Amino acid sequence: MKFYIALLIMGILTQNFVLSKFLGICPFLGVSKKLNTAVGMSAAVIFVMLLATAATYPLNILLEKNGLDYLQTIVFILVIAALVQIVEIVMKKYIKPLYNALGIYLPLITTNCAVLGVVILNIDNITEYAAYGYGFGHAMMNSFAAGAGFMLAMVIFAGVRSRLETADVPKFMQGLPITLVAASIVSLSFLGFSGLVEGLGLLG
Amino acid sequence: MAEKKKINYGKEFAKGILKENPVLRLVLGTCPTLATSTSVVNGVGMGIAATIVLVCSNVAISALRKVIPAKARIPAYIVIIASFVTMVQMLVKAFVPALDESLGVFLPLIVVNCIILGRAEAFAGKNPVLASAVDGLGMGIGFTAALFCMGTVREILGAGTFLSGIDTMIGAFVDLKGFTGFDFTGALDKIGLAPMTLFVLPAGGFFVFGVLMACVNKIAEGKGLKKAANTGCEGCPLAAACGKRKGEECDAE
Repeated sequence: MKFYIALLIMGILTQNFVLSKFLGICPFLGVSKKLNTAVGMSAAVIFVMLLATAATYPLNILLEKNGLDYLQTIVFILVIAALVQIVEIVMKKYIKPLYNALGIYLPLITTNCAVLGVVILNIDNITEYAAYGYGFGHAMMNSFAAGAGFMLAMVIFAGVRSRLETADVPKFMQGLPITLVAASIVSLSFLGFSGLVEGLGLLG
Repeated sequence: MAEKKKINYGKEFAKGILKENPVLRLVLGTCPTLATSTSVVNGVGMGIAATIVLVCSNVAISALRKVIPAKARIPAYIVIIASFVTMVQMLVKAFVPALDESLGVFLPLIVVNCIILGRAEAFAGKNPVLASAVDGLGMGIGFTAALFCMGTVREILGAGTFLSGIDTMIGAFVDLKGFTGFDFTGALDKIGLAPMTLFVLPAGGFFVFGVLMACVNKIAEGKGLKKAANTGCEGCPLAAACGKRKGEECDAE
């Protein structure tokens, strides 16, 4: 149980996917202008991350059993791409309200490095956290935490950017440069959480 | 149509390095740029790995451009790119294990590097093989050059070294005569200074990238070019599949 909480805190605060692992920077910079789109995109990311982990974790066991683990990258990206397509079609047909909320973000997520990243990191974690018996439940928790961390970063940054809109920025810094410097400050504030997991004794 | 047009190879090559630098002008591939530029050796290693994948996938996609049906092109491109990434991954693991260690998850993530899919969609899918190879090489070198600039600033300011760890990367192929990179920490210590670790941390990465982009914008402005901006859908290789028209913003409700 302790390790589950540790994974949650690590994913959201100390090892935030966007602000300290640099995964999913494109949507972080591109889709964080308005709060509601930031929330919609993040919700879709959490959903796809959980789905992709649920599909690829068992698949990896199958690959390893047959000595095919070098095919990981190809298999994972194809499974994610196919999965996102299927989910989009099923959602469109049967769960219309959910499709209206998340639908437009789904195709963008296929090539989002955060999703493939979390899937690959989950497989790497099996050896890294072998002492804690890293398994399917942990992988799912890790994916959820990564997605929640992504959402937190997006929501905070949407707020920062709305303030930035009205700020008087020097001409050469306008646009992307000032956005990146603002991201740097947000990332800096997350450094304050480092050591939290060890401090709480959750990795004992 | 593109076939009959005379292709200026020099121009195709040079545009990737300066005018259409993938990182600093087109704002593609930001994730690996920020994550792997903690040191020069790391960044250039990433750049070279991505360049190899980019050239190979551009050639393969361009050669197959008449066979791949337009509607299934994105999945086809992804499979081609993923195959080359797997090959590069195996080669790096075998010959430069230190690079594999330091790039970690970003080595397989070359698959989803927008530069590669973006070039496939914007160039290789429409142009002959040789032009695509030249375009890939130019873009790859542009990417590597941007990583080199970021890496130089971050490593010198953040760690007080330059080219550190070069022996673990190319030591197996070239005799470096015991050279392991420059180290300024001793000299800094004498005048009572320490390296600013912040620049190696994620926050420093965002900061250096922002400042570098501001400089490039300033230069581009002087030359009358457009400012680099996150173009939303236009820069996104999936824009066509996404069903949004060009120019329309991704976050349109």
